[in-house]
Parts: sequence; C-alpha cells; structure tokens
Amino acid sequence: MDLSKLPVKPTPELGIFLLLAGIAMASAVGVIFFRNAIRSALCLVLNFFVLAFLYFTLNCEMLGIVQIVVYTGAIMVLFLFVIMLLNLGAIQTDKDEKLDIKLPVGIMLGLGLFSLIASQIVPQMIKIQTPKAPDNFGSPQAVGNTLFSNYLYPFEIASILLLVGIVGSILLAKRRLNP
Amino acid sequence: MNGVPLVAYLLVGLFMFTIGVVGVVIRRNPIVIFMCIELMLNAANLTFLAFARYMPSSNVAPTGQAQAVMSGQMMVIFVMAVAAAEVAVGLGIIMAIYRLRQNIDIDEMNLLRG
Repeated sequence: MDLSKLPVKPTPELGIFLLLAGIAMASAVGVIFFRNAIRSALCLVLNFFVLAFLYFTLNCEMLGIVQIVVYTGAIMVLFLFVIMLLNLGAIQTDKDEKLDIKLPVGIMLGLGLFSLIASQIVPQMIKIQTPKAPDNFGSPQAVGNTLFSNYLYPFEIASILLLVGIVGSILLAKRRLNP
Repeated sequence: MNGVPLVAYLLVGLFMFTIGVVGVVIRRNPIVIFMCIELMLNAANLTFLAFARYMPSSNVAPTGQAQAVMSGQMMVIFVMAVAAAEVAVGLGIIMAIYRLRQNIDIDEMNLLRG
C-alpha cells in the first residue's frame, strides 16, 4: 500500500494505523500460506485481535470489544478445538503438489480482483480525509439504544437464527444412536 | 482517526478480502477455507465501519436522523451473529464428514456433484 502518493501528512495517528494495518495484512497472508492448520488459526487470531484495534481507531469501541470477545474468544477457540479434535494439524503433504498448479492461478485471480476493485474505489474515495460521524457514535450506550429501539426486530430474528444454528450443529455432530 | 484517509481503511479491507478469495481458491483443507471465509466477512466488517465513520448516511427521514449514523455498526453486529451461526453449523458438517470417512480432503467431497 503506497501511502506516500496520497496527500496525507505524516502524523502519529498515521503511524499507528500503518503499524496495525501492516500486522493485520501480514497475518492475513500467513493464514493462507502456512501449511499447518494450527498456525493458520493462530495467524487468524492475531488478525482478528489487530482488527479490533483498527475498530478502536475508528471510534467503534463497542464493536471492537465484541470483536475480541466473539471472534478471538469464541469462534477461534471453536476452530482450534475442531482442528485439535480431528488431529488436522500436521496434514499429509504427499498430495500437496497440486498446490503448485493452483498457486499461480490464485495469485493472478487475487491481483486481478484487487486491481479491479481498487481502480474503482480509489478515485472515488481519495478526497475523503476527515471522519464525519460524531466521536461517541460507537459507545455502548449509542449502540445499545439503537439496537434495542430501531433494530429490535432484526435483533430477535438474529436470535432465532442463532437458536437454529445451535440445534443444527447439535444434530449434525450427534452420534447416531440407531444407524 | 484524524490524519488517516478513508482509502487506507478501504485498501486494508480490500486486501484482506482478496487474501480470503485466494485462500478459498488455493487451499484444500476445509477448515482453512472456513477461516478464509471468516477473513472475508471481517474485511467487509472493516469496510462497513470505515464508511460508517467517514461517510455516515444523511439521506434518511428526519425522524431517524440520530439512528442513521448507527446503521453501519448495526450491520456489523448482524454479520457477526450470522458468522457465529455459520461457523457452528459448518464445523458440525466437517465433524460429520470426518466421522463418515476419516478424511476431510475437499477434492474428494464430490457426493453432491451435478
């Protein structure tokens, strides 16, 4: 990411942002380039943790904390639990030669996708430099007030979705008693 | 954050999304593919929050003006809820497949091919 061409002044905030963004992008690359699934999962934990700090820099304190609790706390523990339960950490490498065919194709696809989307959004959004939302728009009070007033029905529907997810995962993972 | 343009956040989100797409294409371990899907969802969340902070919506009915600023964060909350449900069901499916054939190579799961 070449921020040197952009018309921004080097401020301490920019330095903090570049540090966080660099860690986030490096760990995202680590997720797909480590062969060991446990290392991928730990890179993803680091990525989600740093992403929570990027949310903090956007003044979304509530969602940053939810990100740490839900993603790095619950979802990644579930991933690591399944990886270690199924003993998938050291996956067999005798069939990984096909990765060499897929790797250039995937990298070409990624470069094409990145350049396509970046060429569309960067000229449109290059002028927007200052945040316009109020500073306390991510506080727990603001988020809770909105969630339980204007978004009450979507909240309840999301709870039904989570209930269906619980029941479905129990049904899938349950050992059949009478096959 | 003052001093950081919106494009920087958008490019970080776009990079993470692209890495997720590349990972889904090149990896064959279904758990890593799930992780890449999570990466894409989080990239979308980062983009939602960046837009919510820098370009809050102003084109709404006058009664909902105070809540219009919050719509990006509400979307992120629901994306997190859907991602949690998706992970629970998806890992349950992986466990069921592993119990069925002791192997979760994604190239051998062709039971539903057309």
